[in-house]
Amino acid sequence: MSRTHTPVVEQWFTGDGDGFTLLGTRCAACASVFFPREDSHCRNPGCPGGDLEEVPLSRRGRVWSYTDSRYRPPSPYVTDPELPWQPYALIAVELLNERMVVLGQAVPGVTVADLAVGMEVEVVRGVLHEDAERVWTTWQWRPTGETV
Amino acid sequence: MTAEVAVLGAGMHPWGKWGRSFVAYGSAAARAALADAGLEWRQVDSVVGADTVRGGYPGYVAGATFAKALGWQGARVASVYAACASGAQAVNTARTQILAGLAEVVLVVGADAAPKGFFRPAGGDRPDDPDWLRFRVLGATNPTYFGLYARRRMAVHGDTPEDFAQVKVKNAAQGALNPYARYRNRVTAEEVAASAIVADPLRLLDICATSDGGAALVLCSMEFARRHGVGDPVRIRAVSTVTPRYPNTVLDLPDIATDSAATVEPAGETFRASIARAAYEEAAIGPEDLSLAEVYDLSTALELQWYEDLGLCGEGEAVKLLREGATALGGRIPVNASGGLASFGEAVPAQAIAQVCELTWQLRGDAGARQVAGAQVGITANQGLFGHGSAVIAAR
Repeated sequence: MSRTHTPVVEQWFTGDGDGFTLLGTRCAACASVFFPREDSHCRNPGCPGGDLEEVPLSRRGRVWSYTDSRYRPPSPYVTDPELPWQPYALIAVELLNERMVVLGQAVPGVTVADLAVGMEVEVVRGVLHEDAERVWTTWQWRPTGETV
Repeated sequence: MTAEVAVLGAGMHPWGKWGRSFVAYGSAAARAALADAGLEWRQVDSVVGADTVRGGYPGYVAGATFAKALGWQGARVASVYAACASGAQAVNTARTQILAGLAEVVLVVGADAAPKGFFRPAGGDRPDDPDWLRFRVLGATNPTYFGLYARRRMAVHGDTPEDFAQVKVKNAAQGALNPYARYRNRVTAEEVAASAIVADPLRLLDICATSDGGAALVLCSMEFARRHGVGDPVRIRAVSTVTPRYPNTVLDLPDIATDSAATVEPAGETFRASIARAAYEEAAIGPEDLSLAEVYDLSTALELQWYEDLGLCGEGEAVKLLREGATALGGRIPVNASGGLASFGEAVPAQAIAQVCELTWQLRGDAGARQVAGAQVGITANQGLFGHGSAVIAAR
């Protein structure tokens, strides 16, 4: 029996393959975009407040900075203490249209040695961890290999 | 310019891993500060505690916890929390009470007993808590954010890991002179380079530890200080407790993303720069008037960032300032003469108070082997996660 794919956070991303996107919200009054999504009230202090509509974020952006996690993070990050720790890279990505920086893990296999500030990356669906019942999905950044 | 309050006493419990309750450290620091002020506990009108989230319920009501430990005497009480900025909030609460005439003598206390390893969020499933989410979704510990800032400086300003190591070398040399510091050994650049990478490009010796410790201040009105026979006390001239302005364009702990600047143009200065500017404006001074600065060096690279945010040099010039020796003892503007977090490790609610203790001793000329000659004006700076600015300016 195949296990259920469950997003690690509901309604933060959607789709698969080339259709995978992060989901934010946009204020109908001032057009400000929010990620993580704001669903109650626009946070622009100069805005009277409008309806917040779900909006996909740009799939591609540029590396603003990057680092990695050489030691096992504490709970609630889920790891198998039986297995040796495998470091992963974290990438902060600047989305040019939204003029914002969004943090995420790099796809498995991409290390800090493969990254440079300014490099183009795209968002893809990835697996955060798996347990007996579920495959927990998340977003990850993958270098496009294209020169910006 | 805001009216001033006097610092009558400063006290600390040495930083370390002592295996005792935060109450023990805070009470010891409070007694030391009262002795330094030449006051009895029963002369205190009000006690303000900086909370800890690691001590159970007594930590959330730190003011009352310390008041009880010192012996209930009926003082007014307040407890404040603002993460790393908690100490500055406590100082400001005390100052506000004094300037409002609600109290003449206020005791400010902060203390922590830190666990081993990474700080982690409070337990339970809390998907509406950004601090819980960044661990659950990304495993983003505090050092990973420090790593992001360090790498960004390398890309934008050309800083190198060797530059970062020099900050540790400087602060370790200064901390070696401070009896309250946890780490009192000098460190070489080779030792930094040989330590394990924690969050690329930062190594273990680039990143501050977590520590036990306690710090306390006795603040009073200028009139009380004069009556007490202290005609020329160290004075607090400004306390900056500002928040960011939308859109905040620097990725701050514990956020997963910045605000979007697509529709609202960001302010010309970053949040950290605005923390210092607010303090300078309140004190009616500028960075050129400073004798010394105590800044929050959670990492070596962050100390360099503070040089620029405090206006000690222009943007991108921090390494030059460091390499010139300007920020070392004997330099033009010594930074972290105490040894900083590099030598102390972080005891969260005590740390911003400890920064003011150091200013107090320096401005009185009581700092011993680490004395900054002729110190007249000092600034402290830090930033608490969730948008808490913290800077204190003290003068003699």
